[in-house]
Amino acid sequence: MRQLADSETRSLEDDLIAIAERQDQEAFARLFQHFAPRVKAYMLRGGADAAAAEDVAQETMVTAWRKARLYDPGKAAASTWLFTIARNLRIDRIRRERRPEPDPNDPAFVPSGDLPPDAALRQSENSDAVRRAIDDLPQVQREVVLLSFYEDEPHSVIADRLGLPLGTVKSRIRLALKKLSEQLDAESYGEDK
Amino acid sequence: MTVRHHVNDDLLFDYAAGRLSESWSIAIATHLALCQDCREREARMNSLGGLALQSLEPAAMADDALAACLCRIGGVEPEAAEARPRASAPKSEPPLFPRPLQDYVGETLADVRWRTVGGGVRQSLLATHDGARARLLCIPAGEPVPEHGHRGLELTLVLAGSFGDGEHTFGRGDLAIADETVEHLPVAGRGADCICLAVTDAPLRFKSWLPRLVQPLMRI
Repeated sequence: MRQLADSETRSLEDDLIAIAERQDQEAFARLFQHFAPRVKAYMLRGGADAAAAEDVAQETMVTAWRKARLYDPGKAAASTWLFTIARNLRIDRIRRERRPEPDPNDPAFVPSGDLPPDAALRQSENSDAVRRAIDDLPQVQREVVLLSFYEDEPHSVIADRLGLPLGTVKSRIRLALKKLSEQLDAESYGEDK
Repeated sequence: MTVRHHVNDDLLFDYAAGRLSESWSIAIATHLALCQDCREREARMNSLGGLALQSLEPAAMADDALAACLCRIGGVEPEAAEARPRASAPKSEPPLFPRPLQDYVGETLADVRWRTVGGGVRQSLLATHDGARARLLCIPAGEPVPEHGHRGLELTLVLAGSFGDGEHTFGRGDLAIADETVEHLPVAGRGADCICLAVTDAPLRFKSWLPRLVQPLMRI
Protein backbone atom coordinates (compact mmCIF):
# COMPACT_ATOMS: atom_id res chain seq x y z
CA MET A 1 0.00 0.00 0.00
CA ARG A 2 1.39 3.37 -0.86
CA GLN A 3 0.76 6.26 1.42
CA LEU A 4 0.34 9.56 -0.30
CA ALA A 5 1.88 12.53 1.36
CA ASP A 6 -0.53 15.43 1.26
CA SER A 7 2.06 17.75 -0.17
CA GLU A 8 2.78 19.86 -3.19
CA THR A 9 4.09 16.77 -4.96
CA ARG A 10 0.48 15.68 -5.33
CA SER A 11 -0.45 15.41 -8.98
CA LEU A 12 -3.55 14.73 -10.99
CA GLU A 13 -2.29 11.15 -11.31
CA ASP A 14 -2.13 10.89 -7.51
CA ASP A 15 -5.69 12.17 -7.32
CA LEU A 16 -6.90 9.36 -9.56
CA ILE A 17 -5.04 6.84 -7.39
CA ALA A 18 -6.58 8.37 -4.25
CA ILE A 19 -10.03 7.83 -5.73
CA ALA A 20 -9.22 4.23 -6.61
CA GLU A 21 -7.72 3.44 -3.20
CA ARG A 22 -9.80 5.44 -0.75
CA GLN A 23 -12.66 7.01 -2.66
CA ASP A 24 -11.22 10.40 -1.91
CA GLN A 25 -13.87 13.01 -2.73
CA GLU A 26 -11.46 15.91 -2.28
CA ALA A 27 -9.20 14.38 -4.89
CA PHE A 28 -12.25 14.08 -7.13
CA ALA A 29 -13.08 17.75 -6.60
CA ARG A 30 -9.54 18.74 -7.63
CA LEU A 31 -9.72 16.61 -10.76
CA PHE A 32 -13.12 18.07 -11.52
CA GLN A 33 -11.91 21.66 -11.22
CA HIS A 34 -9.07 20.94 -13.58
CA PHE A 35 -10.63 18.70 -16.17
CA ALA A 36 -14.39 19.29 -16.31
CA PRO A 37 -14.12 22.77 -17.91
CA ARG A 38 -11.63 21.44 -20.46
CA VAL A 39 -13.81 18.45 -21.27
CA LYS A 40 -16.74 20.81 -21.70
CA ALA A 41 -14.68 22.90 -24.11
CA TYR A 42 -13.78 19.71 -25.97
CA MET A 43 -17.45 18.79 -26.33
CA LEU A 44 -18.31 22.29 -27.55
CA ARG A 45 -15.58 22.05 -30.18
CA GLY A 46 -17.07 18.73 -31.25
CA GLY A 47 -20.36 20.41 -32.09
CA ALA A 48 -22.33 19.83 -28.88
CA ASP A 49 -24.66 22.57 -27.66
CA ALA A 50 -23.97 24.09 -24.24
CA ALA A 51 -26.39 21.84 -22.35
CA ALA A 52 -25.11 18.63 -23.94
CA ALA A 53 -21.49 19.71 -23.43
CA GLU A 54 -22.20 20.34 -19.73
CA ASP A 55 -23.94 16.96 -19.38
CA VAL A 56 -21.24 14.96 -21.10
CA ALA A 57 -18.48 16.77 -19.19
CA GLN A 58 -20.17 15.78 -15.91
CA GLU A 59 -20.65 12.25 -17.22
CA THR A 60 -16.94 12.08 -18.06
CA MET A 61 -15.98 12.98 -14.48
CA VAL A 62 -18.44 10.49 -12.97
CA THR A 63 -17.08 7.81 -15.32
CA ALA A 64 -13.53 8.66 -14.19
CA TRP A 65 -14.64 8.00 -10.59
CA ARG A 66 -16.30 4.71 -11.46
CA LYS A 67 -13.36 3.45 -13.52
CA ALA A 68 -10.55 4.89 -11.38
CA ARG A 69 -9.30 1.40 -10.49
CA LEU A 70 -8.62 0.71 -14.17
CA TYR A 71 -6.27 3.68 -14.34
CA ASP A 72 -2.62 2.64 -14.57
CA PRO A 73 -0.24 5.55 -13.91
CA GLY A 74 2.58 3.53 -15.48
CA LYS A 75 0.80 3.58 -18.80
CA ALA A 76 -0.78 6.98 -19.21
CA ALA A 77 -0.88 10.47 -17.79
CA ALA A 78 -4.15 11.48 -16.13
CA SER A 79 -4.86 13.86 -19.02
CA THR A 80 -4.43 11.04 -21.54
CA TRP A 81 -6.76 8.76 -19.62
CA LEU A 82 -9.39 11.49 -19.21
CA PHE A 83 -9.09 12.27 -22.91
CA THR A 84 -9.92 8.67 -23.88
CA ILE A 85 -13.00 8.68 -21.63
CA ALA A 86 -14.15 12.03 -23.01
CA ARG A 87 -13.48 10.99 -26.61
CA ASN A 88 -15.51 7.81 -26.24
CA LEU A 89 -18.40 9.64 -24.60
CA ARG A 90 -18.32 12.25 -27.36
CA ILE A 91 -18.71 9.50 -29.95
CA ASP A 92 -21.41 7.75 -27.94
CA ARG A 93 -23.45 10.71 -26.70
CA ILE A 94 -22.84 13.51 -29.18
CA ARG A 95 -22.29 11.63 -32.42
CA ARG A 96 -24.45 8.69 -31.32
CA GLU A 97 -22.19 6.09 -32.86
CA ARG A 98 -20.53 3.00 -31.50
CA ARG A 99 -16.84 3.00 -30.72
CA PRO A 100 -15.30 -0.47 -31.24
CA GLU A 101 -12.32 -0.78 -28.88
CA PRO A 102 -9.81 -3.49 -28.05
CA ASP A 103 -10.35 -5.00 -24.59
CA PRO A 104 -7.18 -5.76 -22.58
CA ASN A 105 -8.97 -8.69 -20.93
CA ASP A 106 -9.83 -10.30 -24.25
CA PRO A 107 -8.42 -13.86 -24.34
CA ALA A 108 -7.71 -13.22 -28.05
CA PHE A 109 -5.39 -10.35 -27.09
CA VAL A 110 -1.94 -10.86 -28.52
CA PRO A 111 0.87 -9.65 -26.29
CA SER A 112 4.16 -9.03 -27.97
CA GLY A 113 6.63 -11.85 -28.14
CA ASP A 114 9.59 -9.65 -29.05
CA LEU A 115 9.47 -6.76 -26.64
CA PRO A 116 11.80 -6.86 -23.65
CA PRO A 117 10.12 -7.44 -20.27
CA ASP A 118 10.69 -3.82 -19.34
CA ALA A 119 8.72 -2.70 -22.38
CA ALA A 120 6.39 -1.06 -19.90
CA LEU A 121 9.06 1.61 -19.66
CA ARG A 122 8.59 2.41 -23.30
CA GLN A 123 4.84 2.37 -23.00
CA SER A 124 4.81 4.75 -20.12
CA GLU A 125 6.01 7.69 -22.14
CA ASN A 126 5.01 10.35 -19.77
CA SER A 127 3.18 13.41 -20.85
CA ASP A 128 6.33 15.46 -20.37
CA ALA A 129 8.15 13.61 -23.14
CA VAL A 130 5.17 13.95 -25.46
CA ARG A 131 4.80 17.60 -24.53
CA ARG A 132 8.46 18.27 -25.23
CA ALA A 133 8.18 16.47 -28.54
CA ILE A 134 5.11 18.38 -29.64
CA ASP A 135 6.60 21.67 -28.48
CA ASP A 136 9.46 21.00 -30.86
CA LEU A 137 7.11 20.65 -33.82
CA PRO A 138 6.81 23.53 -36.26
CA GLN A 139 3.78 25.64 -35.39
CA VAL A 140 1.95 24.73 -38.63
CA GLN A 141 2.21 21.01 -37.83
CA ARG A 142 1.19 21.40 -34.19
CA GLU A 143 -1.86 23.37 -35.29
CA VAL A 144 -3.29 20.66 -37.55
CA VAL A 145 -2.58 17.90 -35.02
CA LEU A 146 -4.45 19.71 -32.23
CA LEU A 147 -7.28 20.72 -34.57
CA SER A 148 -7.68 17.07 -35.56
CA PHE A 149 -8.46 16.23 -31.95
CA TYR A 150 -10.81 19.15 -31.40
CA GLU A 151 -12.94 19.18 -34.49
CA ASP A 152 -15.24 16.29 -35.15
CA GLU A 153 -15.04 16.90 -38.85
CA PRO A 154 -13.21 15.44 -41.81
CA HIS A 155 -9.79 16.79 -42.65
CA SER A 156 -11.32 18.48 -45.69
CA VAL A 157 -13.23 20.81 -43.35
CA ILE A 158 -10.08 21.56 -41.38
CA ALA A 159 -8.36 22.27 -44.69
CA ASP A 160 -11.12 24.74 -45.62
CA ARG A 161 -10.88 26.43 -42.26
CA LEU A 162 -7.14 26.88 -42.50
CA GLY A 163 -7.41 27.86 -46.17
CA LEU A 164 -5.09 25.02 -47.15
CA PRO A 165 -5.32 22.27 -49.75
CA LEU A 166 -6.44 18.95 -48.25
CA GLY A 167 -3.18 17.30 -49.27
CA THR A 168 -1.24 19.88 -47.25
CA VAL A 169 -3.24 19.15 -44.09
CA LYS A 170 -2.71 15.42 -44.51
CA SER A 171 1.00 15.73 -45.20
CA ARG A 172 1.48 18.04 -42.21
CA ILE A 173 -0.16 15.49 -39.95
CA ARG A 174 1.96 12.70 -41.41
CA LEU A 175 5.15 14.71 -40.95
CA ALA A 176 4.20 15.61 -37.40
CA LEU A 177 3.47 11.99 -36.45
CA LYS A 178 6.68 10.79 -38.04
CA LYS A 179 8.74 13.40 -36.25
CA LEU A 180 7.07 12.68 -32.92
CA SER A 181 7.62 8.95 -33.08
CA GLU A 182 11.25 9.37 -34.14
CA GLN A 183 11.93 11.70 -31.25
CA LEU A 184 10.08 9.59 -28.67
CA ASP A 185 11.74 6.40 -29.91
CA ALA A 186 15.13 8.03 -29.57
CA GLU A 187 14.31 9.20 -26.04
CA SER A 188 12.89 5.94 -24.75
CA TYR A 189 15.68 3.83 -26.19
CA GLY A 190 18.12 6.28 -24.64
CA GLU A 191 16.47 5.85 -21.22
CA ASP A 192 16.32 2.06 -21.50
CA LYS A 193 19.97 1.91 -22.54
CA MET B 1 3.18 -15.68 -35.58
CA THR B 2 3.95 -12.01 -36.03
CA VAL B 3 1.78 -9.37 -37.58
CA ARG B 4 3.62 -7.95 -40.58
CA HIS B 5 1.13 -5.60 -42.16
CA HIS B 6 0.07 -2.78 -39.89
CA VAL B 7 -2.43 0.03 -39.77
CA ASN B 8 -0.93 3.23 -41.20
CA ASP B 9 -0.55 6.52 -39.32
CA ASP B 10 -3.46 8.15 -41.18
CA LEU B 11 -6.03 5.62 -40.07
CA LEU B 12 -4.63 5.06 -36.59
CA PHE B 13 -4.54 8.79 -35.93
CA ASP B 14 -8.15 9.21 -37.07
CA TYR B 15 -9.09 6.31 -34.80
CA ALA B 16 -7.22 7.79 -31.80
CA ALA B 17 -8.75 11.22 -32.41
CA GLY B 18 -12.20 9.64 -32.46
CA ARG B 19 -12.96 10.73 -36.01
CA LEU B 20 -13.04 7.33 -37.71
CA SER B 21 -16.54 5.94 -38.16
CA GLU B 22 -17.88 2.64 -36.87
CA SER B 23 -17.19 0.18 -39.72
CA TRP B 24 -13.57 1.23 -40.15
CA SER B 25 -13.06 1.33 -36.41
CA ILE B 26 -14.03 -2.34 -36.13
CA ALA B 27 -11.11 -3.26 -38.40
CA ILE B 28 -8.68 -1.01 -36.52
CA ALA B 29 -9.81 -2.16 -33.06
CA THR B 30 -9.55 -5.81 -34.13
CA HIS B 31 -6.08 -5.24 -35.54
CA LEU B 32 -5.07 -3.55 -32.27
CA ALA B 33 -6.27 -6.56 -30.28
CA LEU B 34 -3.86 -8.67 -32.33
CA CYS B 35 -0.90 -6.27 -32.52
CA GLN B 36 0.91 -4.89 -29.50
CA ASP B 37 3.17 -2.64 -31.59
CA CYS B 38 0.20 -0.74 -32.94
CA ARG B 39 -1.32 -0.52 -29.46
CA GLU B 40 1.84 1.29 -28.39
CA ARG B 41 1.55 3.62 -31.35
CA GLU B 42 -2.06 4.31 -30.42
CA ALA B 43 -1.10 4.97 -26.79
CA ARG B 44 1.32 7.60 -28.03
CA MET B 45 -1.38 9.26 -30.12
CA ASN B 46 -3.70 9.20 -27.10
CA SER B 47 -1.01 11.13 -25.24
CA LEU B 48 -1.32 13.77 -27.95
CA GLY B 49 -5.05 13.76 -27.26
CA GLY B 50 -4.37 14.29 -23.57
CA LEU B 51 -2.16 17.20 -24.43
CA ALA B 52 -4.80 18.60 -26.77
CA LEU B 53 -7.32 18.38 -23.93
CA GLN B 54 -4.92 20.15 -21.55
CA SER B 55 -4.37 22.92 -24.07
CA LEU B 56 -8.03 23.84 -24.46
CA GLU B 57 -9.33 27.10 -23.08
CA PRO B 58 -11.56 25.95 -20.16
CA ALA B 59 -15.31 26.51 -20.56
CA ALA B 60 -17.09 27.43 -17.31
CA MET B 61 -19.17 24.64 -15.82
CA ALA B 62 -22.60 25.25 -14.29
CA ASP B 63 -22.47 26.56 -10.70
CA ASP B 64 -23.91 23.38 -9.23
CA ALA B 65 -21.97 20.97 -11.49
CA LEU B 66 -19.45 19.78 -8.89
CA ALA B 67 -22.15 19.37 -6.24
CA ALA B 68 -24.27 17.38 -8.70
CA CYS B 69 -21.34 15.06 -9.49
CA LEU B 70 -20.39 14.62 -5.82
CA CYS B 71 -23.98 13.65 -5.22
CA ARG B 72 -23.84 11.06 -8.01
CA ILE B 73 -20.60 9.47 -6.80
CA GLY B 74 -21.44 9.62 -3.08
CA GLY B 75 -21.38 6.10 -1.68
CA VAL B 76 -20.50 4.63 -5.08
CA GLU B 77 -17.45 2.40 -4.89
CA PRO B 78 -15.28 2.47 -8.02
CA GLU B 79 -15.64 -0.70 -10.07
CA ALA B 80 -13.14 -3.47 -9.39
CA ALA B 81 -10.48 -3.87 -12.03
CA GLU B 82 -11.29 -6.96 -14.07
CA ALA B 83 -8.82 -9.75 -13.36
CA ARG B 84 -6.45 -10.17 -16.27
CA PRO B 85 -5.93 -13.68 -17.57
CA ARG B 86 -2.64 -14.84 -16.06
CA ALA B 87 0.16 -15.05 -18.57
CA SER B 88 1.40 -18.27 -16.98
CA ALA B 89 -1.97 -19.98 -17.26
CA PRO B 90 -2.00 -22.75 -19.86
CA LYS B 91 -3.24 -21.20 -23.04
CA SER B 92 -6.19 -22.71 -24.70
CA GLU B 93 -6.70 -21.91 -28.36
CA PRO B 94 -7.36 -18.15 -28.55
CA PRO B 95 -10.81 -17.22 -29.83
CA LEU B 96 -11.06 -16.69 -33.59
CA PHE B 97 -12.79 -13.34 -33.14
CA PRO B 98 -11.29 -10.69 -30.87
CA ARG B 99 -13.91 -8.91 -28.75
CA PRO B 100 -14.43 -5.80 -30.84
CA LEU B 101 -15.52 -8.12 -33.64
CA GLN B 102 -17.43 -10.59 -31.43
CA ASP B 103 -19.83 -7.76 -30.63
CA TYR B 104 -20.93 -7.85 -34.27
CA VAL B 105 -20.55 -11.43 -35.50
CA GLY B 106 -20.99 -13.61 -32.41
CA GLU B 107 -18.53 -15.55 -30.30
CA THR B 108 -17.54 -18.38 -32.59
CA LEU B 109 -17.56 -19.34 -36.24
CA ALA B 110 -20.71 -21.36 -35.62
CA ASP B 111 -22.56 -18.14 -34.71
CA VAL B 112 -21.90 -16.51 -38.08
CA ARG B 113 -24.83 -16.45 -40.50
CA TRP B 114 -23.24 -16.89 -43.90
CA ARG B 115 -24.65 -16.23 -47.34
CA THR B 116 -23.10 -17.68 -50.46
CA VAL B 117 -21.95 -15.11 -53.00
CA GLY B 118 -20.60 -17.41 -55.71
CA GLY B 119 -17.29 -19.11 -56.38
CA GLY B 120 -17.60 -20.87 -53.03
CA VAL B 121 -17.10 -17.51 -51.30
CA ARG B 122 -19.39 -16.78 -48.37
CA GLN B 123 -20.05 -13.50 -46.65
CA SER B 124 -21.84 -12.11 -43.65
CA LEU B 125 -22.69 -8.42 -43.43
CA LEU B 126 -22.15 -6.67 -40.09
CA ALA B 127 -24.86 -4.37 -38.81
CA THR B 128 -23.08 -1.01 -38.84
CA HIS B 129 -24.66 2.39 -39.24
CA ASP B 130 -22.10 4.69 -40.79
CA GLY B 131 -22.65 4.24 -44.51
CA ALA B 132 -19.52 2.13 -44.95
CA ARG B 133 -19.91 -1.61 -45.31
CA ALA B 134 -18.23 -4.20 -43.10
CA ARG B 135 -18.46 -7.87 -43.94
CA LEU B 136 -16.91 -11.13 -42.91
CA LEU B 137 -15.68 -13.16 -45.88
CA CYS B 138 -14.84 -16.84 -46.05
CA ILE B 139 -12.78 -17.79 -49.10
CA PRO B 140 -12.12 -21.50 -49.72
CA ALA B 141 -8.45 -22.53 -49.42
CA GLY B 142 -6.54 -21.94 -52.65
CA GLU B 143 -9.46 -20.12 -54.33
CA PRO B 144 -9.41 -16.59 -55.69
CA VAL B 145 -11.75 -13.85 -54.60
CA PRO B 146 -13.50 -12.72 -57.78
CA GLU B 147 -11.37 -9.99 -59.32
CA HIS B 148 -12.46 -6.57 -58.22
CA GLY B 149 -11.40 -2.99 -58.09
CA HIS B 150 -13.01 -0.57 -55.68
CA ARG B 151 -14.16 2.97 -55.83
CA GLY B 152 -12.78 3.95 -52.45
CA LEU B 153 -10.80 2.59 -49.56
CA GLU B 154 -10.83 -1.10 -48.69
CA LEU B 155 -9.46 -2.59 -45.47
CA THR B 156 -9.03 -6.34 -45.16
CA LEU B 157 -8.09 -7.90 -41.84
CA VAL B 158 -7.21 -11.59 -41.81
CA LEU B 159 -8.58 -13.70 -38.94
CA ALA B 160 -7.79 -17.22 -40.13
CA GLY B 161 -5.87 -18.74 -43.01
CA SER B 162 -4.17 -16.29 -45.32
CA PHE B 163 -4.43 -14.60 -48.66
CA GLY B 164 -1.92 -13.26 -51.14
CA ASP B 165 -2.39 -10.41 -53.60
CA GLY B 166 0.47 -11.37 -55.89
CA GLU B 167 2.89 -9.18 -53.97
CA HIS B 168 2.39 -9.89 -50.27
CA THR B 169 0.94 -12.60 -48.07
CA PHE B 170 -1.44 -11.64 -45.30
CA GLY B 171 -2.00 -13.84 -42.23
CA ARG B 172 -3.91 -13.53 -38.97
CA GLY B 173 -3.84 -9.98 -37.67
CA ASP B 174 -2.44 -8.52 -40.89
CA LEU B 175 -4.26 -5.53 -42.30
CA ALA B 176 -4.33 -4.92 -46.05
CA ILE B 177 -5.07 -1.33 -47.10
CA ALA B 178 -6.11 -0.76 -50.70
CA ASP B 179 -7.54 2.25 -52.50
CA GLU B 180 -9.13 2.69 -55.90
CA THR B 181 -5.77 2.62 -57.64
CA VAL B 182 -5.32 -1.02 -56.65
CA GLU B 183 -6.68 -3.65 -58.99
CA HIS B 184 -5.83 -6.83 -57.19
CA LEU B 185 -6.56 -10.51 -57.37
CA PRO B 186 -6.48 -11.89 -53.86
CA VAL B 187 -6.10 -15.65 -53.58
CA ALA B 188 -6.63 -17.59 -50.37
CA GLY B 189 -3.64 -19.60 -49.13
CA ARG B 190 -3.74 -23.33 -49.76
CA GLY B 191 -3.55 -24.50 -46.17
CA ALA B 192 -6.94 -23.39 -44.87
CA ASP B 193 -10.01 -21.37 -45.72
CA CYS B 194 -9.33 -17.66 -45.37
CA ILE B 195 -11.65 -15.82 -43.02
CA CYS B 196 -11.28 -12.08 -43.09
CA LEU B 197 -13.06 -8.86 -42.26
CA ALA B 198 -13.43 -6.52 -45.23
CA VAL B 199 -14.52 -2.90 -44.93
CA THR B 200 -15.32 -0.76 -47.96
CA ASP B 201 -16.84 2.66 -48.41
CA ALA B 202 -18.36 1.67 -51.71
CA PRO B 203 -19.86 -1.56 -52.96
CA LEU B 204 -17.23 -3.92 -54.34
CA ARG B 205 -17.06 -3.81 -58.11
CA PHE B 206 -16.57 -7.32 -59.40
CA LYS B 207 -15.14 -7.74 -62.86
CA SER B 208 -16.48 -11.06 -64.05
CA TRP B 209 -19.99 -11.04 -65.42
CA LEU B 210 -21.57 -13.52 -63.05
CA PRO B 211 -20.88 -11.80 -59.76
CA ARG B 212 -21.93 -8.51 -61.34
CA LEU B 213 -25.33 -9.99 -62.11
CA VAL B 214 -25.85 -11.20 -58.57
CA GLN B 215 -24.23 -8.17 -56.96
CA PRO B 216 -27.44 -6.18 -56.44
CA LEU B 217 -29.18 -9.27 -55.07
CA MET B 218 -26.44 -10.19 -52.65
CA ARG B 219 -25.69 -6.64 -51.49
CA ILE B 220 -22.01 -7.21 -52.00
